[in-house]
Parts: sequence; C-alpha cells; structure tokens
Amino acid sequence: MKILVCVTSVPDTTAKISFTDGDTKLNKAGVQYITGPYDDYALSRAVELKEQHGGTLTVLNVGEADSEPVIRKCLAIGADDAIRVNAEPTDAYFVAEQIAAIAKQENYDLILMGRESIDFNGGQVHGIVGEMLGLPSFSPVMKLDVDGNVARFAREIEGGKETLEASLPLVLGCQEPIAEWKIPNMRGIMTARTKPLKVVEPAGQDSLTKVQKYELPPAKGACKMIPADQAETLIQLLRTEAKVL
Amino acid sequence: MSVLIFTELDNGSIRKSSLEAVFYGAKVAQMLGTTATALAIGPAEAAELQIAGNYGATKVLHAADERLAQTNNMAYASVLAAAAQQEGAKVVVIAKSALGDAVAARAAGKLKAGLVSNVVDLPEGDAATLHVKRSIYTGKAFAVTEMTSDVKIITVKKNAVSPETTDATATVEAFTPALNDGDFVAKVTGVEKADGEVPLTEADIIVSGGRGMKGPENWGILEDLAHALHAATGCSKPVSDLDWRPHHEHIGQTGIKVSPNLYVACGISGAIQHLAGVNGSKVIVVINKDPEAPFFKAADYGIVGDVFDVLPRLTKAVQAAG
Repeated sequence: MKILVCVTSVPDTTAKISFTDGDTKLNKAGVQYITGPYDDYALSRAVELKEQHGGTLTVLNVGEADSEPVIRKCLAIGADDAIRVNAEPTDAYFVAEQIAAIAKQENYDLILMGRESIDFNGGQVHGIVGEMLGLPSFSPVMKLDVDGNVARFAREIEGGKETLEASLPLVLGCQEPIAEWKIPNMRGIMTARTKPLKVVEPAGQDSLTKVQKYELPPAKGACKMIPADQAETLIQLLRTEAKVL
Repeated sequence: MSVLIFTELDNGSIRKSSLEAVFYGAKVAQMLGTTATALAIGPAEAAELQIAGNYGATKVLHAADERLAQTNNMAYASVLAAAAQQEGAKVVVIAKSALGDAVAARAAGKLKAGLVSNVVDLPEGDAATLHVKRSIYTGKAFAVTEMTSDVKIITVKKNAVSPETTDATATVEAFTPALNDGDFVAKVTGVEKADGEVPLTEADIIVSGGRGMKGPENWGILEDLAHALHAATGCSKPVSDLDWRPHHEHIGQTGIKVSPNLYVACGISGAIQHLAGVNGSKVIVVINKDPEAPFFKAADYGIVGDVFDVLPRLTKAVQAAG
C-alpha cells in the first residue's frame, strides 16, 4: 500500500497569539512550532497501517524551510521519505493544488491528513484535493481499517458517528481516536536524519483568498463572582443582566 | 445573480443553524441588490421548506431524488454546484457543521471558488470583492480575508448573525440535476446517533463538565441542570479521553468548537486548549472549587464552590423560576 500523509507545521496549542507589522503578520517570537495535532493522528494511523500491510509512507508539507523540523519528526515517527513544496501555505485552494499535483504523479492508495490545520481551522484541503483528483473524500474520520482494496472507516456526524465502506484510493481528513500519537524513539531520530527529503517548487499560483488584517478578540471584562451559598442569584443575573435565559 | 444558501435537513426540517445561514445569505443578497435562494437536499414536505422564507429566502430549490435521502458530501456538493450554476450564484453561504464543511470544500473544488470558513460577521464589499471576518487559531484571533474569485463560498459559525423573522414564505421548486454515479461509491454500513439531542454546534446553551465531576456516575446532576435549561451537554478532553463521556461531546482545540449564548463550565479548570473551543461563547459561567482555576479569567460569572452542591441549587432555581 502506498500512503501519503499531508502535515502542517503550526504554532503549539498553548502558544499565545499576537501580530506584528500593523497586524498583518503573526508574531513568531517565542512561538514553538509543532506538527498539526490532527495531522499527527493521521500519521500515527498511517504508520500502523504500514506495519500491518507493508508498503510505503510519504509525508508531504507545503511550507517554507522553517517547517523542516516538523518534517524530520514525521520521518522519525515512521515515514519513509518526505516532500516539501517550497511555498507559504497561503490558502486552502493553493495548498490543495500542490498536493494534487504530486498525488497525480504517484497514485497513492490513501491520502491522509488532519481534519483541519489548527492555525486557520479551514478543514477544506482534503475535500478540495478529493475533487481535484476525482477521488472520494471523507472527514472527520475517527477509525480506519484497510482490508485488501477496501477501507472500512467511521466518521463523526452531528451528535454521533457513521460507519462506511469504500474502495481505495481515498482522501481522508482524520481526528482522534483514530490512533494514539506516536513518540519518536532514538533510532527513529537517528535514521530520520538520512531519510530523503525532496524539496520541490510550487505548481500554479491560485490563492483564491487573501488575509488583509488580523485581529485579537476584545479583552474580557472582569468576572463577576457570586458566593456559592447564593448560587440562585446567578440564574437571576443570567436572566436580567446577561439576558441569555 | 443570486445568493445561494445550502441548508441541512434533519428529519425533513431545516436545521436551526441553516436557518441562521439563510438569514445571513438574505442579508448578503440585500447588500448586493439581489435575492436569496435556499437549496434543500433530501426528503421534506414543501410546508417545512417554505419556512426559509421567514428568514429571507425568496425561493427554495428542493432536490428530493431518492438517492439523496442519505447524506452524502460528494453528491450534495455536486447538487450544490449545479444549483449555483443554474441560479448564477456568485456567493454561496453554508452553516458550519461536519456536513457543511465537507460539502463546502468539494463545491469549492468544483467551482474553483474561494472558500472562507468559520465566518463570524456579515461581509463588507461588493460582488467582485468581499471582505469577511473569520475566526482563526481556534478562536484565539480573527482574520479579515479578501475574496476575489468569481464564485465565493462562506461557511458561517453559529451566532454570526441574530436572525429576525417575518411572515414571508418562499416558493418551493423541484430541482432535479443529473446525479453522478461516482458520488455514490461509499456504502454507509451503520449510523449511531443520540436521538432527540440538540447538537452542540447548534445549542443556545451548553452545560459542560470536567474532571471536577469526579466520575461518569455523577453526570446526573449536570444533566438535570442541562435539562432544566434546555441545554446540550459537553465535556473537556480529559473526560472524553477517560471514556466518561462520548467523544462527540468533547469541546476544545481538538474537539468541537462552540459559540453558544451561554456556556456553563462545571469542574473544568480551563486549559488553554479548552478555552480555544469555547471563547466564541457570548456569556461564560464557571463553577469550580479552586479559586485559582484559570477559567475564571475567561468567565463572565464565576462561583467558587463544589459542583455537587452548586449544580442542584442552580437546577432548583431554574425550575422555581419556571
């Protein structure tokens, strides 16, 4: 089986977000970058599937040189090789175009990625890639097994889940609990240094949206404290003051 | 030209989140000097679909082919793209949901449309260039985004607009585009769904529990309060990781992001990853016995106390007030 896992390099979930250059750029000072948590789930499941079924596992990142530590970590976790499309991931359509261009040459059986990146939270790339390749796409997938040419999987729907069956190839956006996150071991870290990482230039120039300006949410006012023995007062305040009941 | 709104059906009725999207779409149509058309896919009575008129749609296209009875993101996206072409729609509005997101992405691929997700306010601009404000970094910031593609698709978060309704009804027209067999290649082998529950993304009020609830057997007091408030129930990540509650109730950075009118957090300390999932809420109430819990900093109202004492008192107070 030939698996492609697309990963993002994103600010750590605990990062404090602020902007510079007149609110047009993320302030990267002090921000630690990690593999997108959802992408990490996709990668972990892909490593397990490769262990079960054999085959190859490639990771793909659309990003600039500063995303290479994240790519190396994916290699340490178990990917065989990596491709980096050397471009700033400006917009979902643009990123999907890059992934589709590479997938068209390689005929992957499974193209996995996180349900969304945690920086822009679009959750769009898997669907657009599926459309560009003429392949079925599903998201958010929380369980995945492969039996021969057939994938059996479950996805979350409003208030529950749906189980499905479809033939490969497929494009899937993944989330927990599809697999446990894997931590690279020392041997993995050592071998990752010499695994192939190919850098390619982007295809097409189709960003269809463009960020004009970033904003932070307005500061929250002080929290009004209510003594526990007067808890009932809260209900009254929610009715008359906050007007949400 | 018109504004097209994809609406999601639940047992033959348009979902509340989709009616909000219809209102949003009608506002955009007004701004662009055109009309709003809603698209409903799946079995439904015309009388139920006319309700879209109350929210500002003048017409509802109804695609009722039997093969569309089962929700299918690919087939729905094909129908949506066909409807957009028939109506000459330049703006498509979709309520954010698992299905809405998937349909939006496939439709964007088909129409080569710019797609902006998690929009929190009405757009500015004109038919050629729209500026929309969306939530990013899981609610930690916003990005004002420019859209210049010919067709523009927007997915809107709950509470992006507060709908006002009228008595107007919409005309319902059958819509029967050719369906592609390629969209029906997956077989649904099972559906597990909690019946009659309000989905978290649609709930006006959410009561949510964390590890401070001490165990799944204690959820009764939380559910009593939720019931009295007609609220949905949610939980923090540790709670779903421990299997105290099902995964679809997990609210936070890697779970569901919610923006209700009222969020009541019970025994949740307020890790930054949890806050990321709830900071779109209008009003946040935090109940925690630890006065140092970081969640109080993000709250509007706080009670330092034991959930096992406070929750039953709140339930009684709600019931007493009727």
